[in-house]
Amino acid sequence: MELYRLTIHELQNLFKRGEITSREVTESVFRRIEAVEGKVHSYITLLKDSAMEEARVADGSIRRGEIRPLTGIPVALKDILCTKGIKTTCGSRILYNYIPPYDATVVKKLKAAGAVFVGKTNMDEFAMGSSTETSYFGLTKNPWDLERIPGGSSGGSASAVAADECIAAIGSDTGGSIRQPAALCGVVGMKPTYGRVSRYGLIAFASSLDQIGPFAKDVEDCAIMMNAIAGYDPMESTSVPVDVPDYRSFTGKDISGWTLGIPREYFIKGIDPEVLSAVKKAIGVLESLGAECVDISLPHTEYCLAVYYIIAPAEASSNLARYDGVKYGYRAKDARDLLEMYKKTRSEGFGAEVKRRIMLGTYSLSSGYYDAYYRKASQVRTLIKRDFEDAFRKCDVVVTPTTPTPAFKVGEKTDDPLQMYLSDIFTISANLAGIPGISVPCGYSGTGLPIGLQFLAGHFQEGKLIQIASAYERHSKLEKRRPDL
Amino acid sequence: MEYEAVIGLEVHAQLLTDSKIFCGCSTKFGATPNSHTCQICLGMPGVLPVLNRKVVEFAIKMALATHCRINSEDVFARKNYFYPDLPKGYQISQYDKPLAEKGYVDLEIDGARKRIGIIRIHMEEDAGKLLHDEYAPSSYVDFNRTGVPLIEIVSEPDLRSPEEASAYLRRLHEILVYLEICDGNMEEGSFRCDANVSIRPKGQEPFGTRTELKNMNSFRNVQRALEYEIKRQQYVLEGGGQIVQETRLWDESQGATISMRGKEEAHDYRYFPDPDLVPVVTDEAWIAQIKRSLPELPLERRERFVRDFGIPPYDAVVLTSAKALADFYEETVRLTGKPKIASNWIMGDFLRFLNEEKKNIKESLVRPEGLAEMINLIEDGTISGKIAKEVFETMYRTGKSPAVIIEERGLVQITDEDALKKVVAGVIAANPVQLKQYRAGREKLFGFFVGQVMKETCGKANPALVNELLKKMLSAL
Repeated sequence: MELYRLTIHELQNLFKRGEITSREVTESVFRRIEAVEGKVHSYITLLKDSAMEEARVADGSIRRGEIRPLTGIPVALKDILCTKGIKTTCGSRILYNYIPPYDATVVKKLKAAGAVFVGKTNMDEFAMGSSTETSYFGLTKNPWDLERIPGGSSGGSASAVAADECIAAIGSDTGGSIRQPAALCGVVGMKPTYGRVSRYGLIAFASSLDQIGPFAKDVEDCAIMMNAIAGYDPMESTSVPVDVPDYRSFTGKDISGWTLGIPREYFIKGIDPEVLSAVKKAIGVLESLGAECVDISLPHTEYCLAVYYIIAPAEASSNLARYDGVKYGYRAKDARDLLEMYKKTRSEGFGAEVKRRIMLGTYSLSSGYYDAYYRKASQVRTLIKRDFEDAFRKCDVVVTPTTPTPAFKVGEKTDDPLQMYLSDIFTISANLAGIPGISVPCGYSGTGLPIGLQFLAGHFQEGKLIQIASAYERHSKLEKRRPDL
Repeated sequence: MEYEAVIGLEVHAQLLTDSKIFCGCSTKFGATPNSHTCQICLGMPGVLPVLNRKVVEFAIKMALATHCRINSEDVFARKNYFYPDLPKGYQISQYDKPLAEKGYVDLEIDGARKRIGIIRIHMEEDAGKLLHDEYAPSSYVDFNRTGVPLIEIVSEPDLRSPEEASAYLRRLHEILVYLEICDGNMEEGSFRCDANVSIRPKGQEPFGTRTELKNMNSFRNVQRALEYEIKRQQYVLEGGGQIVQETRLWDESQGATISMRGKEEAHDYRYFPDPDLVPVVTDEAWIAQIKRSLPELPLERRERFVRDFGIPPYDAVVLTSAKALADFYEETVRLTGKPKIASNWIMGDFLRFLNEEKKNIKESLVRPEGLAEMINLIEDGTISGKIAKEVFETMYRTGKSPAVIIEERGLVQITDEDALKKVVAGVIAANPVQLKQYRAGREKLFGFFVGQVMKETCGKANPALVNELLKKMLSAL
């Protein structure tokens, strides 16, 4: 039995029965990494020594019967989460040597839950991208087809889970950066409600949209990860003090009598026919479980991309101002004065996509343009939120494809930012509305590429998402495939 | 042509909270560079701000004391610009939704009242400090000040002269210190001021083009800079020139303002609401509670002192210039029932000693109870006013109570008539020459005899009794 293939709940059962140790699991995962990392390149930093030590400590706990939700489970972290004493690059040259003096709240929570940290995963620079191609640290490949991208920006976390280079992983989602790579890599990925999981220690891209969430091999693991990371954090002003339910309790339940909203704006021309057919088939499965479909409208959908590309770059242009070469990270050499140091540092330290977005954001916040761009976008964002409020009066969850196409080829969209931006067209609305979303595998293309199904629910209704995703996963009779590496 | 100045002031006051506005670091001045910092105030990647409630409370106090309307919801905004002392590349401030708006303060100018409007009061974080190496082309940053809470108080352009500007500034300073929300130390930068100034021909309604003055770190410099700038603008206009809208720095050593940057180089701060913070909701109940906790403000207290204690307005101004001083005075009056005598002691020796040592009254060893005890000892004749000066000085230096000082030094006034008679007789007998002259009509020599008696008694003789006895005994001879 290859231990790296197992899920969290399977491993936990084996731990409880004393059949395996965390050291064995962790060693198995690192052997797997040695075997496939050269092809996939999921990681920027690997933490083998500390992981083995953490596994040893976990085994002590297991022997004493002190098993916490993630005791001894090898977990990967997107390199956007600050880890005390461990290099955290955010995929950027400008932070190539940055070692945070503190742990993100989510990292603390995972530690408290007993997790073993495998490494820090690759990502689009500052989470700006949909393919992990903007990373300063090289490409990550889709484990299902090494010619293709894994999605992004949390591409490394998605590929690490898909290629069994960890048991579960953490990512962040600003416009789809968890759900889109989860769909393209055939794993489960959830973006929780804005305010549900603490952003403290998550390197900011767009503060009003960023949210941390899990990647997992199945829905039950996703629930276990959510149990570990969700909750109010006094270190974050936008964290919401709402009780966290036991997400695991939502698995294995039926969905009979549920109403599924099928938004007509999401089933448009341009969707890959194989994606459309897989999603339609999935909806059929849900109907067979007693759910009823209703046609709904989210009338402001067509503005989502435009609103997103005003708000996210505007916030980013301000959030990324701190990378100036003064305090930490990359500093250009041989600058003659302060202004030149700033210019050279930022010109050399940031990649093209990051610079493009900083310029977009700087422009839209500028005096004389603010009202036409940022203010207007904020107003439309309110309308998009209302679309969903109206929708959730008529249905329990909204069902859509996660992405319009399966994984595209490396380099296919790098010269066409607009085409790249369109790959997030179905995921961006949840970030603008602050609602939770989950992507679960729902089939494969003719060439064997995974396809994702997205469920969206109202604020703090992650439980509903777990419930329907779990019901679908159980009854879909989807063939369980593994990437051939 | 006769010109009139139009001046508006922007005052930055550091709030006396223990911790910074968005993290738990200490706000104490003068610590080792970068010792009062954490990942949050250093702007490390991933950190988030959490508002210090005390900052809002202090800001509301100032808003109430200056009759501002407090907005039920105010919003923090990011002010974006690059500078090494600004670790995040933006300052968290307030922009279109400040804490409070539309207030005023009243000034007394040449005996007449003048009301100066306040446009707004908002909260923000302070920046760090750059230290430049004098010998190498290097600069260092001290982030201890980064994140220290500030309020900015923006006046209407209601001030018409440097004197008015100075009076307004002193009034704001007095209120802030009185409310105990700012230590008012201009040298340490806890109270800073920028000015907008323009001139216009007297009688003309529209404002002229204004310049902004910065870097004035004392009341005196504000006044000097304004005087200079008004003259400079007048000179430009009279020479047929035009005022350029620009920012100018006051250079104290040259006694002049110097152009720093023009309108074209003015920053575009790209303000937008800070997505990491939520709107601040100030509910009525909280404001009412803060209102109840406000102390009586200097102007009202001044008027009450004159009215209730019958002291001269000048005394009242001095005694209410700081809250601790006024509290001290009021307590002394309560314990003695002697407002004028208490005022004389405080405004005389006490303030002189304090000023000599540059101390404030809270740092003094003398407490109202001690001063009151001493005044009561003078009143009941235990010590003379002259001895009291010595007692007070000892009390000031040692903190001992007057009774103990008098006991230790044997300073009790001699009021025993028989004992004094002997001294007086002795003095008369020992000075036959002076006695002869006195009796021959040189009455000025009476003072000489008083002095001799005092000398003999080391000043402890009751002066009234000495006078009485001397008169009686000299004329009886």
